Amino acid sequence: MPSISKPIAAPPGSQRNDVGLTVRDYEGAMSTLCAGCGHDSITAALIRALWELSIQPHRIAKMSGIGCSSKTPTYFASGAHGFNSVHGRMPAVATGAAAANRELHYIGISGDGDSLSIGLGQMSHAIRRNVRMLYVIENNGVYGLTKGQFSASADVGSKLKKGEENQMAPIDPVFLGLSIGATFVARSFSGDKQQLVPILKAALKHRGLALVDVISPCVTFNDHEGSTKSYLYTRKHERPVAHADLVPPAEEISASIGAKGVTTIAMHDGSRVRFSAVPEGYDPGDRAKVFQYLQEHQTQGMIPTGLLYLNESVPDMHERNNTNDTPLVQVPFESLCPGSGALEELMEDFR
Amino acid sequence: MPEANSRVNDFAFKLANVNGTGSASANGLLMQAIFRMGIPVSGKNLFPSNIQGLPTWYEIRVNKDGRTSRALDYDLIVAMNAQTYARDIQEVRAGGYLLFDSSWPLDKAVQRPDVTFLGVPLAQLCVEHFREPRERILMKNIAYAGSLIALLDIEMSVVEELLQETYGKKKALLESNQKALKLGYDFAKQNFECPLALRVQKMNANGDKILIDGNTATALGALYAGCTVAAWYPITPATSVMESFKSLCERYRKDPKTGKNNFAILQAEDELAAIGIVIGAGWAGARAFTSTAGPGISLMNEFLGLAYYAEIPAVLVDVQRVGPSTGMPTRTQQADLLLCAYASHGDTKHILLFPAHPAECFEFAVTSFDLAEKFQTPVILMSDLDIGMNDWVVPRLTWDDSYKPERGRVLSPEQIEKLGHFHRYADEDEYFVTPRTLPGVSAKGAFLTRGSGHNRLGGYTELPDEYQAVVDRLAEKHRAAARFIPPPVIDSSRSSKGKGKGKGRTSFSLVTLGGCDAAVREALDLLGQRGIHGDYMRIRGFPFGAEVEAFLNAHDFNYIVEQNRDHQLKSLITLETGVPKEKLKSLLFYAGFPLSAGQVVEGLLSAMGKPDGEPTRGLGGMPEALSGAEG
Repeated sequence: MPSISKPIAAPPGSQRNDVGLTVRDYEGAMSTLCAGCGHDSITAALIRALWELSIQPHRIAKMSGIGCSSKTPTYFASGAHGFNSVHGRMPAVATGAAAANRELHYIGISGDGDSLSIGLGQMSHAIRRNVRMLYVIENNGVYGLTKGQFSASADVGSKLKKGEENQMAPIDPVFLGLSIGATFVARSFSGDKQQLVPILKAALKHRGLALVDVISPCVTFNDHEGSTKSYLYTRKHERPVAHADLVPPAEEISASIGAKGVTTIAMHDGSRVRFSAVPEGYDPGDRAKVFQYLQEHQTQGMIPTGLLYLNESVPDMHERNNTNDTPLVQVPFESLCPGSGALEELMEDFR
Repeated sequence: MPEANSRVNDFAFKLANVNGTGSASANGLLMQAIFRMGIPVSGKNLFPSNIQGLPTWYEIRVNKDGRTSRALDYDLIVAMNAQTYARDIQEVRAGGYLLFDSSWPLDKAVQRPDVTFLGVPLAQLCVEHFREPRERILMKNIAYAGSLIALLDIEMSVVEELLQETYGKKKALLESNQKALKLGYDFAKQNFECPLALRVQKMNANGDKILIDGNTATALGALYAGCTVAAWYPITPATSVMESFKSLCERYRKDPKTGKNNFAILQAEDELAAIGIVIGAGWAGARAFTSTAGPGISLMNEFLGLAYYAEIPAVLVDVQRVGPSTGMPTRTQQADLLLCAYASHGDTKHILLFPAHPAECFEFAVTSFDLAEKFQTPVILMSDLDIGMNDWVVPRLTWDDSYKPERGRVLSPEQIEKLGHFHRYADEDEYFVTPRTLPGVSAKGAFLTRGSGHNRLGGYTELPDEYQAVVDRLAEKHRAAARFIPPPVIDSSRSSKGKGKGKGRTSFSLVTLGGCDAAVREALDLLGQRGIHGDYMRIRGFPFGAEVEAFLNAHDFNYIVEQNRDHQLKSLITLETGVPKEKLKSLLFYAGFPLSAGQVVEGLLSAMGKPDGEPTRGLGGMPEALSGAEG
C-alpha cells in the first residue's frame, strides 16, 4: 500500500486572502474518516480553493447525502451552513435551496454509492437542470460505511479484498455527464492536489452545475492489488489531459494565446480558464471531441484526468426560469401577496 | 313519486358520455348556467382513468335548499354512450326521463314503460349542419345541451352570455357553439312539451357565491401565503393544483420593474425529488410546497422523516385518490390518513389539515404554511379528488390585508450576534420550538443540519439521554400544535330540538371529515325527519384538540363516517385520544364515488341494529343497490 500523508491545508498559516481570512478559517471539525482516506485530501483541496477565491464562509452551503463522502461537509468551512440529508437525495435538496436563495455557493459532496446507485436519477436531473453548484463525487468504487461492497463505479475485473470480481460495466459519471448535457465535467485524483485545486476553483465560478469526479481511494476496503481504484493503480494509469487554471478578470494571461497546447475559455463573470499542455486535436469546448478522446484512451486502460469539458454558454436553472435577481428568500411578503383587491377582482372569474 | 310540480329546483340529472368527445364543456356550461340563475347546484364528474373512449358521467344536482351532496336518483339521464346504455336506462327514477340520440333506433329490450323517452336526432342534426368530422362529434354535446336548455327551462340569455365569455375572441368557435345549441333547442321546442315538470326557476340563493374547484382554491392559498418555491411530479388528481399555481404566478408574481419571476416552479423527476426540493427551499428560508396524491406520499415518506427530525418546514398537498397501489386514479377516497399521520420510519407524527370544500382549501393552504413555519415541520393538507377536481358553490374567497405570515423562530443577524453560541435544538419556547438560522446570514449561526442522531446542540450523537431529549421534545411539540389546528365544526342543534338528549336516552353523533360534510349534514336532516336526532362534528385537523375529545366523550355513540375500508379516522382517534373504544362506531364508504346522504342514512339505520364493534360498509354508490334508501 502506498503511503500518503494527509496534506496540511495551511502553508503559510497566517496569510490572509482578500476578505481577510486565513486558510484556518476555512477548516472544519476533525475528520473521523480512516487515516489516509482520499476524501480528506479532497477536503484539503477544497479548503485551499475556497480560501484562494476569498469566498466568505457563511455564503457557502455544504450539501450532502449519506456515506463516507457525505460526512466530509463537517470537515471544512465550519462557518457555513451544511445539510447532511438522506442517501442519494442531496441533488434535490441542493436544487431547492438554490431555488430559494440563488446567491450562495452550493457545494455538494457525494460519493459513487450516493450518486451513481441510489442517487443516479437525482444527480442526472440536477445536471439537466444545470443548477449552479459544485458537485463533487468522491469516487472509490466501494461502499465504505457498510464495509466494502462493490459500488456502481467499480470497473469490470476489479476485485474486492476477498477476491470477488466485478463483472458488470461501471457507470462512469464523466461519460454520463457528457451525454446528458453537463456543462462542466472534470475528473481528478485525490492524490493530485496541483490539478485538483485549480479545477475546484474553476468549478466554483462556473455558470451551472460543475461535475467533478475525483478518484479517491478507500484505504480500508479498496486499496489492494486487484482494485482499479487504488492509489497505485490510479497513479500508474492516470493521464492528465491539459492543465486548467482559473485566471481572474483583471489578470493578464502570461502564455500567448494561440501558442501550441494553450487555449482559454471565458467564464460568465469575466474570469477565464486557461488550459495548457492540451494534446493536439483535443478541445475542452467540443463535446464530441472530448467524448471521442476519452473513449479512445479509456479503452486503452488509461484514466484521463483534468478539466475535460467546459461550456459557459448554457443558461443555468434560474436563467431558464427567469427568476428575479433578488433571491426569493429576500423578496418581501408584500411583493408576493396580491392582496384583497386583486382577489376580489379575480373572484369575478368564478361567477 | 313526488308530485310533478315539486320538481322545480329540486332534481338531479346525469349525462352519460364517452370520454374524449368534448362533453366536459357542454356539461360545465349547463352547471354554470344554473349557478348563474341563482340556484344552488353541484356537479360531480365521474370520469375514467383514460384519455379517450371509455364511459364517463357527469351528474348535476339542483337543490333549492342548498343540499350539494351527490344524489343517487336521477330524474333525467342523457344517454350518449352506447356502451352504457342499458345500465344508464336502469338508473332513471320511475317517472323520469331519458334523452337519447334518435339518429339510430333504440333497442326495444332496454326500454322501460315507466320512463319517458325523449329522442333527439343529435348525430343526424350535426352531420347535416357541420362539415368537419371532429366538429360533428363535438357539437353533438352542445346540441344536447341546447335540448336540455329548452326542456329544463334554463335561461337562454344566461347561456348566451357564458358562450360569449368563453369563446368571445374565437369567432368561429362561438358561432359553431351557438348553431349547435340552437339545433338542439329548436328540436326540443318543436317536438316536446317544454319545459318539463322537472325544471329550473330563477332564484337568488347564490348571492355572493362562487363556483370553484378545490385544486384552484388550494393554489390560490399558496399564492396568497407567499409561497415562492414549488416542486411537483404530475399525478392525477393533484396535477391541476400546480397548473393553477403556475398560471396564478404568471399573472401575479412578475416583478413589476424587471418582469422577472418572483417564483420558481420545478417539475421534478419524481416525487422523491419534489419533496426534496421543497425541504431544501424550506431550509433556505422560502415558503415551499408540493402537491401530490397517495402514490406520491408513499414515495415521500423518507424525506418526511428527515423534515420531521431535522425540523424543517414543508407543505404537502395530498389530493387523495383510491388506493392501494395505483388503485383507481380518478376516483375519490380518504384512505391516506394513517399513512400521512405517521409517514416515515421511526417515531414520526405530522400535522394534518382536512378541508371540506374549496373555500377551506384556500383558507387551510394559508394555515399550512403558517403552521409549518411556526412548528418547523411538515404539514399535509389532505384534500381529495371530489373536493379538488369538482366545481363547488362556496362563499366568495376573501383576504384580510392585515395578515402577517407566521415565519416562526428564525433568528436575525442581530439576534445571532447577541448569542454566546448558537445551538440549533436548544432554547425551546412554550410550544417546544427551538430557534433556527438560515444559510447565508452569519458564520456564527452556522450549523450542520442532519437526519442522523443529534443532541440539543445540533451535534451528532449516539448517547441515549441526548437522543431521547430531542425526540421527546418533538412529541411535545406535536401535541402543542393541537391548539393551533382549526377547531372542529360542531352542530348540536338537531338533538337539542328532538328527543334524543333527554335523560336516560341514548345520545349519538355522526362524526366525519373533509368532503363528507355535505352528505352527513343532509343525512342528519333526513334522519331528523324520521325522529332520529343526532349531533354532528367535523374534525378539521390532526393532532386532535381538546374539543374533539370532549365531544366524543359526551356522546354514548359516535358513528364515524369516512371514505376508507379500515376506519382510519376511528383508528387515529383511538390511538391518539383517551375516548373509550366502545363509544366509536364506523360507517365506511370507500368504493370511489363521492358520498351521498342516502348512503349515510341507510348505513346508520343498519349500524344501529348491529352488535358492537362491527363496522357498517356502504356499497359506495352503486345506485341500484341503494334505490329507495331515502325516506
